[in-house]
Amino acid sequence: MLTLNCPCCGIAVDATELSPGGQAHLKRFGPGSSEDEFEGYLFMRENPRGVHFERWRHSNGCGKWFHVARCTATLEVFGTYSAQTTEPPEELRKVISEKRPGWSWGEFA
Amino acid sequence: MSTRLASGGRLVNRDHAVQFSFNGQQMRGFEGDTLASALLASDQMLVGRSFKYHRPRGIVASGAEEPNGLVNLGASDMLEPNARVTTTELFDGLKAGSQNHWPSLEFDVGAVNAKLSRFLPAGFYYKMFIHPRPLWKHVYEPIIRQSAGLGKAPKDCDAERYEHFYAHVDLLIIGGGIAGLTAAKAAIGSGLRVLIVEQTAAWGGRAVVDGAQIDGMDADAWVTQTVAELDAAENIELRTRLMGAGVYDHGYVLGYERIGDHRPGEGLPKHRLWRIRVGHILTATGAIERPLSFAGNDVPGVMLAAAVRDYAVNFGVSAGDRTVVVTNNDDAYRTALVIKEAGLDVPAIIDARDGGAGALGAQAEAAGIRVLKGKGIAQVKGGKRVTGVATCAMAGEGTPQEEIACDVVAMSGGWSPVVHLWSHCGGKLLWDEAHSFFKPDPDRAPTGAKGAAFVSVTGSANGAMALDDVLADAAAQGAAAVKAAGGKAAKVAVKAETEEAAPMAPVWMMPQGAKYELRAKMWLDYQNDVKVSDVQLAAQEGFESVEHTKRYTTLGMATDQGKLSNINGLAILSDALNQPIPQTGTTTFRPPYTPISMGAIAGEARDEIFQPLRKTPMHGWHDANGAYWEPVGHWRRTYCYQQAGESVEDAVAREVNNTREKLGLLDASTLGKLIVKGPDAGKFVDMMYTNMMSTLKVGKCRYGLMCSENGFLMDDGVVARLSDDTFLCHTTSGGADHIHAHMEEWLQTEWWDWKVWVVNATEQFAQIAVVGPKARKVLQKLGGMDVSRDALPFMGWVDGEIAGIPARAFRISFSGELSYEIAVPASYGLAFWEMLMEAGAEFGVMPYGTEALHIMRAEKGFIMIGDETDGTVIPQDLGLNWAISKKKEDFIGKRGQERTHMTDPDRWKLVGLRTVDGSVLPDGAYAVGKGKNANEQRNMIGRVTSTYHSPTLGRGIAMGLVHNGPDRMGERVEFPKIDGTSIWAEICDPVFFDRDGEKQDV
Repeated sequence: MLTLNCPCCGIAVDATELSPGGQAHLKRFGPGSSEDEFEGYLFMRENPRGVHFERWRHSNGCGKWFHVARCTATLEVFGTYSAQTTEPPEELRKVISEKRPGWSWGEFA
Repeated sequence: MSTRLASGGRLVNRDHAVQFSFNGQQMRGFEGDTLASALLASDQMLVGRSFKYHRPRGIVASGAEEPNGLVNLGASDMLEPNARVTTTELFDGLKAGSQNHWPSLEFDVGAVNAKLSRFLPAGFYYKMFIHPRPLWKHVYEPIIRQSAGLGKAPKDCDAERYEHFYAHVDLLIIGGGIAGLTAAKAAIGSGLRVLIVEQTAAWGGRAVVDGAQIDGMDADAWVTQTVAELDAAENIELRTRLMGAGVYDHGYVLGYERIGDHRPGEGLPKHRLWRIRVGHILTATGAIERPLSFAGNDVPGVMLAAAVRDYAVNFGVSAGDRTVVVTNNDDAYRTALVIKEAGLDVPAIIDARDGGAGALGAQAEAAGIRVLKGKGIAQVKGGKRVTGVATCAMAGEGTPQEEIACDVVAMSGGWSPVVHLWSHCGGKLLWDEAHSFFKPDPDRAPTGAKGAAFVSVTGSANGAMALDDVLADAAAQGAAAVKAAGGKAAKVAVKAETEEAAPMAPVWMMPQGAKYELRAKMWLDYQNDVKVSDVQLAAQEGFESVEHTKRYTTLGMATDQGKLSNINGLAILSDALNQPIPQTGTTTFRPPYTPISMGAIAGEARDEIFQPLRKTPMHGWHDANGAYWEPVGHWRRTYCYQQAGESVEDAVAREVNNTREKLGLLDASTLGKLIVKGPDAGKFVDMMYTNMMSTLKVGKCRYGLMCSENGFLMDDGVVARLSDDTFLCHTTSGGADHIHAHMEEWLQTEWWDWKVWVVNATEQFAQIAVVGPKARKVLQKLGGMDVSRDALPFMGWVDGEIAGIPARAFRISFSGELSYEIAVPASYGLAFWEMLMEAGAEFGVMPYGTEALHIMRAEKGFIMIGDETDGTVIPQDLGLNWAISKKKEDFIGKRGQERTHMTDPDRWKLVGLRTVDGSVLPDGAYAVGKGKNANEQRNMIGRVTSTYHSPTLGRGIAMGLVHNGPDRMGERVEFPKIDGTSIWAEICDPVFFDRDGEKQDV
């Protein structure tokens, strides 16, 4: 059972207080988008063994969404950060690079 | 026979006798006994029948690994099936009964299976009962079920109490043997919060039984001194009877504590489930002795060598008068010496090794015990009890050489570290050639949130078998664990000497070249009746993966999860596949370590407090007025109000008729009420709803649809514009929380720059629907608000006061009648309801429930989320195109509804269904069309989504989704029923009543 730090509350939170929200940093495609774009947005997901970016909500707590960078193989958590961003913070990417040199995920590396 | 020795037994109190019964027979034990030791003391070796062949089975082990000794404990509402005799502490008045036999333990008709065992090999059920298919369900399975199964599920509600307990520690040490205790010493004064747990009632583990000398004193004395030392340390807590059951991600551990098990009637919880968050876990869980595979190794009286020793030393119980020891290692010699010292006979030690043992071998010979080297057991003699063994050369195929009379065979096939807790979270294993066992690979530990190992292992669980190795490893691992948990370790030096020992020899089958007749009597898994020959057959039939062999033969799948059988089984499999054991690998270790009670898992969450119940302000009134309840989410809503002598159906019909003809009141407080406010509120509700909401005028209401991003309808409700920047969004009763979450998700993660707040105000208001031709009259009588058609027209709302109570009245109707939904502050809810009941008396007011609500909405053709929708239905399927804006560039679900499958003209669409004979269609019935599909089933062309008897129309009405439905008006379609007959219904408009809406707009 995972423990993640809620960036809003600033505390370590047990998985029982959290709801998972799937992959982070999806770009929304609405009316006017092509079938491929919409399919990619709605259905296609990363499924890495290693570095992954996810959305979680502190649903039985402050109610705020946040992002998590973690390793799906070792369960190491590299960091959590605000949901109000379209990309992982530069500093966090550096931390990940130190621990997992050469990592890449979607458009990020 | 097994009996109580005249003296000895370090754990029993001979001054305090305890009465108990087994299969109705009164027996006597001592305080401190386990049920197993007390049974043995009463010469009750036979404790059960095996699962498949119903062979007589006796006690094999002395701990959690026991496969045979499973009994029913207690009776009726205190019945506990599958209690393990070796871990059940004896108490006065304990009642136990054996399982899996008929008619009696001594005589069992199912034992005929054993005679047929040649015809019941691995996979027999799969092969035999597959054809003809229908016979499985109706003939084979009921018969097999009757004669299979361990224990019987209790029929009564459990009268025991259970609880959960939360703990947070820096370091958790699991296992209270000398390794765990030594390691814990490193944590004294470390500043860490430390918890050390032991699954049995006593500290010390095996070392005290084996007569070890530690720091120059008896192990018993050393343990007492060390426990006192740890207990005195402020930062360390010690707990017995608390088992580490499972290790989970990021340092989460489940512990299982037995509190009231051995103290019934004291009002204590039976079990307590510990939910522990830890910084670091050190497991010191010891090792389990392995059986040897020789013919007849399941005859009662064949036991693990260490267990025989345990019963003698811990409980002063002899398993029998003449004990033959059979072994492939030195450790079992200790059993021979203990038994001999107790004054009992040890006719022989049969050692599979040509060279015999080291120092212990010399001691045995000095004690006058005959040692046969390079020998094995060809066959155990006896049925319900061992009467002797035939020896043979280890190297041969089992030609008997000599018969030795005995009533106990103490076997040892070596030891396996208990690596379960290490493995639960992904810790990997190494094969140790010298000891022939798997042990933890420290380089591949389970890792936690920081990326570092959060589990480490010490003592024999870590593969250290000799006394001095165990203590040195414990001191080192203890210090490392304290460091890993963030503390400063104290120096620990514990000294002991170990006698010189000869290496063990891997022996997976005895004798090495045993012929089939012998192999078919060598048990690997006692609980599931799996033999050496079964595993060999599985390999021969191509089940080469250990996971496949496990499932095909059921090896290790019983309640003991293969604690005794797994290594032996996979060694046999490896041999059959001609590959080394590590290449075969192990099956997956999963929590819990031993079965834990369902009660402990549930904890306090049962009956009324199973989950929180949400009640409206009028809940008590409903309850006092005949409410027949139905659960709606966490709410309880009134299905109908039953009057004296009235059936549920009659009550519903009366409520519908009364509302249509006079006046009805509905408690609609459970409807979700979300307030959406801010400069961008209009823009936001336009995205949330399919309709154009931003054009709604203040003072007006509009019915809206909400879809998910893939276009499917997820919720509906009336939206009222409270002010320029404020919308009140009503959701379905069950939908308030998830629609609130849905809105929050979009606001927080997509449009975080939009200035909008959403508040869930559902419970702040009581909402009452005042419905029926007399609705206006009763409100006018209460007075205070102009509710005339001009002041408050259909789909309008006003704020004000009614009878002095602050109220907001919405002219909306879900019934087709003249209807006001009136929201008042929750604290006024009951008072307002009672006023309406009183004032409405002269107009014939009656409350109505959710079923009347459902019927009236169906008569009007209104959809219900969850009936007409199921997560695959788009608004267009329901003929709701009028509620989908064509002007808006975007809303959630718009792009999804443009996908080809959604715009396919061949979709199933909503229609009304009028049964030809006026009867009621079954819920969820399917309509069939012409032809059959590939599976020879009739093609389906639609299904019923809502179906009721309409009291208004006096006939069955339904709504359904039908292929091209709206183009097939007047067509009759067939709905087959379960009984083989069919109902025919005519496709019609879904609005059955008051098509033009004249009644609601008056």
